[in-house]
Amino acid sequence: MTVTTGTPARPLRVAIVGAGPTGFYAADHLLRNPTVVVDVDMFDRLPTPYGLVRLGVAPDHQKIKFVTNAFDKVAASPRFRFYGGVEFGKDVTLADLKALYHQIVYCTGAQTDRRMGIPGEDLTGSHPATEFVAWYNGHPDYRDCAFDLSQESVAVVGVGNVAADVVRILCRTPEELATTDIADYALEALRKSRVRDVYLLGRRGPAQAAFTNPEVRELGELADADITAIPQEVELDPLSRVAVERSQDRATLKKVEMLREYARRAPTGKSRRLVLRFLVSPVELISDGAGRVAAMRLVRNELYATSTGALQPRATDRFEELPVGLVFRSVGYRGVPLPGVPFNESWGVILNDKGRVLDPDTKLPIVGEYAAGWIKRGPTGVIGTNKPDAAETVECMFEDLARGAVLEPTRPEAAAAEALVRQRQPNYVSYTDWLKLNEIEVARGRAQGRPRVKLTSVEEMLAALGR
Amino acid sequence: MNIANILARKGSMAVTVHPEQSIREALALLERHNIGALIAVQGDRPVGILSERDIVREAARNESFFARTVGDLMTRDVITGQPPDDLLTVAYTMTERRIRHLPVVDQGRLVGMVSIGDVLKAQRDHYQGEVDTLQTQLLAGEGGQTR
Repeated sequence: MTVTTGTPARPLRVAIVGAGPTGFYAADHLLRNPTVVVDVDMFDRLPTPYGLVRLGVAPDHQKIKFVTNAFDKVAASPRFRFYGGVEFGKDVTLADLKALYHQIVYCTGAQTDRRMGIPGEDLTGSHPATEFVAWYNGHPDYRDCAFDLSQESVAVVGVGNVAADVVRILCRTPEELATTDIADYALEALRKSRVRDVYLLGRRGPAQAAFTNPEVRELGELADADITAIPQEVELDPLSRVAVERSQDRATLKKVEMLREYARRAPTGKSRRLVLRFLVSPVELISDGAGRVAAMRLVRNELYATSTGALQPRATDRFEELPVGLVFRSVGYRGVPLPGVPFNESWGVILNDKGRVLDPDTKLPIVGEYAAGWIKRGPTGVIGTNKPDAAETVECMFEDLARGAVLEPTRPEAAAAEALVRQRQPNYVSYTDWLKLNEIEVARGRAQGRPRVKLTSVEEMLAALGR
Repeated sequence: MNIANILARKGSMAVTVHPEQSIREALALLERHNIGALIAVQGDRPVGILSERDIVREAARNESFFARTVGDLMTRDVITGQPPDDLLTVAYTMTERRIRHLPVVDQGRLVGMVSIGDVLKAQRDHYQGEVDTLQTQLLAGEGGQTR
């Protein structure tokens, strides 16, 4: 007798790999379907859920983290299970999941940074911005990183939201940071920081900078850092002016206006100085002779219009040298290939069509495997952008189910999955466990007037759970 | 958001033809792939674009259009995009110049094609996402509980 998959007698069993926003949005869309009964098991290599909302979003941006309330509602479904601390490809393999689930969705994000590709990039004192972000947010894998905050001059390459976060954290006072959920060790290190000048470097002009207006405004309102910009660099070039005027892009006009105002500001004697630079690209990091960054060589750029009218930078023959002892690069992110899952090297994503994973040879969908979020389209947009993205993938999943194109697991039972996880990773963290950890963190924070004090190592978390 | 983000979730490469191929063959490709335009290539360099409109225009006045070649009917002056081109500009150019299909070229080599539908969908998702995120933050400001 054939039993239809997606009924109470035989639920559609789905594994979601990655507990970031996209994983929760995918789970939400799956569990909301009124006609198909779905079981969702969510795996994450870390014991804690929420991905970059916990470990990427800056500690002084607590409001953005409220989105986790919506994720907790999804997790409250009796058909949802969380297996935290269980790594795909290590604790559970693709073959394991195929024996247990009808469908698998990869929501693993963009876990690595793009390189600048310039000489000196690997000198001591040059770091990916993501490492610094993961460190100050208490990511268990990055808590032991060290950054030389005794340096007085720091360059942050890139003008996206991560770059803006990094300069803010570098410029904030210990008092400002002490009211956030920044990792305790990072707060201590930043308390001793001797950083005085922070340079934010954009390769294009002010109109093309990716940071948003609220982010730009925040940079101008720092308690103990004066912001400044170079007047010529924040004037709109003729090409940008035409582009902004024809598209009636008020937000960009406003952004440029704010930046021009920063360029006119006189220093007010604050202890730190934040310098916004535009139309410059690093071409080399210069060593102090002992393998440490001592300076950065910059080339001045000019803009040109591509055939669609988009403005891109082109190097000129004018160079300058910027003495800096610490460099953070934030020039883009890339997905990391998953063991056994086809990868598209050109775009740094899983090879997919609207979320259906494709066979690299035939370019046809592989039954039962999907991707959503940054690992599907690349690192772009805000947290909420992943909601329609996940919806598109889930739509494909239900279409395929209706056609009968799903995996044929030998043990499609929740108990079988749990037994396997228990065997491979006895210390896995369930959602109930996580809610306990959350309460502990929030209670620790309450005592200090902070949103929470994070547990930052897996051992600490397991100990807090009495293991 | 840029063109690369659209190509990333479009598994298939652009469908290509050679200028010497017949319109009959081109129609078969359009039908088989359920698409609206083909890129004519020489090697991996785009030399023209053939849209369903080009074919309809010819069919309306020439009963024997099937036998003509792609090279006869294609548009040779092709506007191409590059992977880092931002979607706001691309959307403007495509709507203003009434371009429905944009071949994407990276260092002279064809790497894909985006349609106006792809661009508008990406923009819609982008705005939806921003609205969603802003609403969450506004609601959070109204005394929600942090977690």
